[in-house]
Amino acid sequence: MKYAFWPGCVSKGACPELYDSMILTSAKLGIELEEMYDGNCTGAGVISEHEPELADVLNARNFAIAQKMGLDLVNICSTCQGVQSMVQEKLDRDEEHRAKINAQLAEEGLEYKPGLVIKNFMWVLVEDYGLDKLKEKVVRQLDGLRCGPFYGCYILRPSRILGMEEHPERDNYLEQIIEAVGATAVDYEGKDKCCGFPILTNNRKNSLTQAGTHIASAKDQGADCLVTPCPLCHLNLDAQQPSAAEVIQRELGVPIIHLPQLLGLAIGIDPKLLRMNRHVVGTQAVLDKVLATVEA
Amino acid sequence: MKVNLNVKRFDPESDGSTRFQQYDIDMPENSTVLDALIHVREYVDATLALRCSCRSAICGSCAMRVDHRARLACKTKVTDIVSDEGQEITIEPMGNMPVIKDLITDMEVHWSKVRQVVPYLRPTGPPPEREYIVSNEAMLDVAGAVNCIQCGACVSDCPVLEIDKSFIAPAALAKAYRFTGDPRDGTKKERLEMLSNVEGGIWDCTRCNMCVEVCPKDVRPMDRIMQLREQAVAAGVKTNTGVRHGTSFANSVRRLGRLDEMRLFPESVGMFAVPRLLKELPGAFRMLWSKRLMMWTHAIPFAHKPIPGIKHVRRIYDQARSEKKEHSK
Ligand code: SF4
Ligand code: SF4
Ligand code: FES
Repeated sequence: MKYAFWPGCVSKGACPELYDSMILTSAKLGIELEEMYDGNCTGAGVISEHEPELADVLNARNFAIAQKMGLDLVNICSTCQGVQSMVQEKLDRDEEHRAKINAQLAEEGLEYKPGLVIKNFMWVLVEDYGLDKLKEKVVRQLDGLRCGPFYGCYILRPSRILGMEEHPERDNYLEQIIEAVGATAVDYEGKDKCCGFPILTNNRKNSLTQAGTHIASAKDQGADCLVTPCPLCHLNLDAQQPSAAEVIQRELGVPIIHLPQLLGLAIGIDPKLLRMNRHVVGTQAVLDKVLATVEA
Repeated sequence: MKVNLNVKRFDPESDGSTRFQQYDIDMPENSTVLDALIHVREYVDATLALRCSCRSAICGSCAMRVDHRARLACKTKVTDIVSDEGQEITIEPMGNMPVIKDLITDMEVHWSKVRQVVPYLRPTGPPPEREYIVSNEAMLDVAGAVNCIQCGACVSDCPVLEIDKSFIAPAALAKAYRFTGDPRDGTKKERLEMLSNVEGGIWDCTRCNMCVEVCPKDVRPMDRIMQLREQAVAAGVKTNTGVRHGTSFANSVRRLGRLDEMRLFPESVGMFAVPRLLKELPGAFRMLWSKRLMMWTHAIPFAHKPIPGIKHVRRIYDQARSEKKEHSK
């Protein structure tokens, strides 16, 4: 199993723990990654908001790079997935548009041809790798760890461009993965809602109220932590959590775990190497539970 | 087939509490959720209150939450929701509005927002001798928004409205676009200024796609909101953090080929918004420290290394922008 790996900007910037844990976890699972060092930002939906055409070319450039490598593309960000699926849908459907975009890529010797497979790591795990195989790799059953899934908007909506017809359970994969590694998936109100990150700069109060409310609702349902495939959600849920707690006037202290970190813990990677110590909200409570499981 | 409904009930004349009631009925295979509910009301429990009229997804009166999502009950088949016979279907009234009884909500929340966006044309200048003439193209652009049947589904499920009652919310903002996009309206700039600067305006949408997902008429309210933002930027309504955020984001990608999220914040709130920046400082330091990120790389612009193919990214940018300029001429 080998993929063209698009790490996204955040895993190479503000969330280095995501990048490191992804590299280690994939290697141990036997998933080969060839990083797209020359890929560019997808625009996270912000560029397409103001300059849609530009966003299309930028994303087509990434697709063409993956195709040149001859591999399916894997990303580790709900937002990247959403933007990539959206642009791809347009390019695959509209030949004229595609020709126009390709004309701009030609100078670099690139061309996008319809049909590239683009998958978030979460989809890869369930659809390509398989939960049974994953279960075999688990050396540290995460029994007793209660995880609230937090998807991130763009990997769920709009469902029509996200392959939900072909894979109707894509809105439930996070729960399936959590259960596959022995942990318990906690059901709570906010799991498919918005973390609020996109309006953090514009309306801090609303942004943090959303983050805080979802964390609180998971906590009320007894979650020890949240697990997310989206680093942008992670920024608002983890790095901003102390501020969110202030805004909603509640104590929170709920660790936010990146999906590859959760897997890494289960397949026996040293928590330090997964950089579990590099979170704003300390993850010790999670580690205590997980390591206790090992001894028991 | 067997249909098991779990319906949220509320009777204003009782003690004000809500409860769920189970109805197990037999319905033809191709029934809609509305058919099932009407069957309950006619033959099982006449006290069940619901609202409907056209039964064919036209009037917009039967929106309710089916399986935790706002939908038109008359457009949703039972088999769209359950795969196995006998599986339970949860039915609740819409969210974000007070419940009058059972599945009937008070939609004043929605109507007040529609009034807020001044939902009628305001032509300026002397009226034409005969009728106003508009091009087909111009109307095609607003046609998507005109398709709205005011069912309120998007209002029900908008997560920003859940936490901020001032948010104008998706349906009314789509309605606003219907007028800013109409060449007969003479108050476009005024409208855009209001929509940008008012509390709960276009920049408060988080782009979560919920309204796009639930809308039964493919109005895609969020896309209209993005169009409103684009119009606001084009019209020179520029005082807003949202606008700066977009510019800063795009510039970062042009400079590096990727996003420098650390610089995004100060550039978005404005480099000179000192009180606001000071308020954010503890948060920023908290993050830099706990992640042991190199503070200096974020303090000095250009310290991040651009991607190898940066010259192509810049070329793509400049080409797209010059085309845009040509276009707007
Ligand atoms: S996209 Fe914006 S308007 Fe639509 S539901 Fe989400 S926050 Fe509300
Ligand atoms: S935009 Fe769609 S969901 Fe919202 S009120 Fe109109 S028809 Fe209903
Ligand atoms: S009854 Fe008219 S839209 Fe459903």
